Amino acid sequence: MVVVVIIAGVMIGPAGPEWWRIPLELLDRLPFVSIDSGISKIDWNIVMQIRAPRVVLAALIGSMLSLAGASYQGVFRNPLVDPYLLGVAAGSGLGATLIFALGNASTSTWMINPLPLAAFSGGLIAVFSTYMLGTAFGKNRSSTTLVLAGIAVTSLFTAIQTFVLQRNNDVVRQVYSWILGRLSSATWGDVRLVLPYIVISGGVLLSHRRLLDVMRVGDDEALALGINVRRVRLIVVVAATMGTAAAVAVSGLIGFVGIIVPHTVRLLAGASYRLVLPLSVLLGAVFLVAADIPSRVLSNPAETPIGVITAFFGAPFFLILLRSREASR
Amino acid sequence: MTTIGFCDLSISYDGKKAVDGFNDILFSGEWLCLIGPNGAGKSSVLRAAAGLVPYSGSVAIDQTEIPNTSARWRAQHIAYVPQSPVIPTDMSVYDYVLLGRSPYISYFSTESSHDRDVVGRVLERLDLSRFTDRSLGTLSGGEVQRLVIARALAQEAPVLLLDEPTSALDIGHQQQALELVDGLRREQGFTIISAMHDLTLAGLYADRLVLMHEGHRVAEGTAKQVLKSETLAEFYGVSARVHHEADGTVVVIPQRSSRL
Repeated sequence: MVVVVIIAGVMIGPAGPEWWRIPLELLDRLPFVSIDSGISKIDWNIVMQIRAPRVVLAALIGSMLSLAGASYQGVFRNPLVDPYLLGVAAGSGLGATLIFALGNASTSTWMINPLPLAAFSGGLIAVFSTYMLGTAFGKNRSSTTLVLAGIAVTSLFTAIQTFVLQRNNDVVRQVYSWILGRLSSATWGDVRLVLPYIVISGGVLLSHRRLLDVMRVGDDEALALGINVRRVRLIVVVAATMGTAAAVAVSGLIGFVGIIVPHTVRLLAGASYRLVLPLSVLLGAVFLVAADIPSRVLSNPAETPIGVITAFFGAPFFLILLRSREASR
Repeated sequence: MTTIGFCDLSISYDGKKAVDGFNDILFSGEWLCLIGPNGAGKSSVLRAAAGLVPYSGSVAIDQTEIPNTSARWRAQHIAYVPQSPVIPTDMSVYDYVLLGRSPYISYFSTESSHDRDVVGRVLERLDLSRFTDRSLGTLSGGEVQRLVIARALAQEAPVLLLDEPTSALDIGHQQQALELVDGLRREQGFTIISAMHDLTLAGLYADRLVLMHEGHRVAEGTAKQVLKSETLAEFYGVSARVHHEADGTVVVIPQRSSRL
């Protein structure tokens, strides 16, 4: 399924060769096979340099957001939690807004594109503040304080962001489109940028799948079963945040993936994190690559923000699944 | 053979003392029952022994003080059955009991075949084998209680802490659960500390009762020594008759103030 969707993702797009020529070209590249696919060098470059990185990036980000969402839901034992819970979104949003407000003119001469960097550090700063606040005021082990601190930090950062936007009306449109999330400008550079973070974060999270199952009985009982609950929560939150911040840095805020994918997996395969985490990785990749296809052809030649697509198709699908599941009980 | 001892155990919540200087030593295989009115500190003693609340003083297993830092070491020696356990309704019975093996599994690894053997034996012993694949949400209250005890047994810890193990059960299931614990104690030599509200049942099963009031021990001994109507009136504020059966059972009967 992953393979099929990825190939479809590479095949379909507004510019470049007709879709059926691509498998032919791929076959042609195999040794001892020679088929004339009729694809020109320019067209092939469109496929390899524009579409392929975009698909790979969508798969990475979809996996990361789903995995982070599932992990957050596990450590906070709250099914409504999404990867942006502890303020990553607001922090990254503020970071990006500041860069836009400074103006691309002043930053275009820089060696590297500062936007992902600012978004990444903004996200980490926000979550770090949340964690400091949450543990400073919350003397008990309750995770509620942490979540509430996340809400406070989110409001604060959003307020600052709104203030900055008010002062710089001209960039509202850019910021808005960034917030809705996009994969349109994906390059192999973006893939290289996020890959290490996502691999590390993914590895750490996946290795905690048994412990997340133990934590389903609550902090007290998990502790009585010999689990260092605070340490596990800290490690999982740090790993999930790092991955999420990296994803947000290159793609903006793609909503809904982190909630809908883990829940779909739970409805289909049960609630054990041993299954939920790895399956979320796969389904997350499939979901985002698939959602990206209508996003680029729907209002051709313009792009429909992918966040709009994920919510527009994801929400009804999720409701249908929920309904059929309830009906079968 | 394992003993558990408390030395000058004190617990405070927000500066208020919930337990003040609790001392006790249980001999191996003993069943101690903590009784006392709500808020007397019974649960706090159990929660401290399970490592769930910070305390001063010490708790020792076989004269070895429990290191404050190692939740894992503690869980290998003390199993805790909470008053109202969190039941993830969509978890399977097998997976739930398997959680009891957590203290033996290192951070990144998974259950060994030995762990699975232990769980299989426990399910067999507690007559839960036929439920193996059922999800927790489909079980009755009595079955869930047995399951929580099963998870504690899978911990293979020599000391069992039971916080109000029967408060949610009807009289038949209360007896069943306590008989089960008592049988296991005789079979496997567990040392047990329970907190209980039903004084008659407490006296029936425990070797020794400790009556607590506002964080202090105020009486201790056998059911006959502790369960006296003056004592109960003083600390529970209850007007009750205490009846002694021929076989030594002590029955506590609350009295109605006026009868038409």
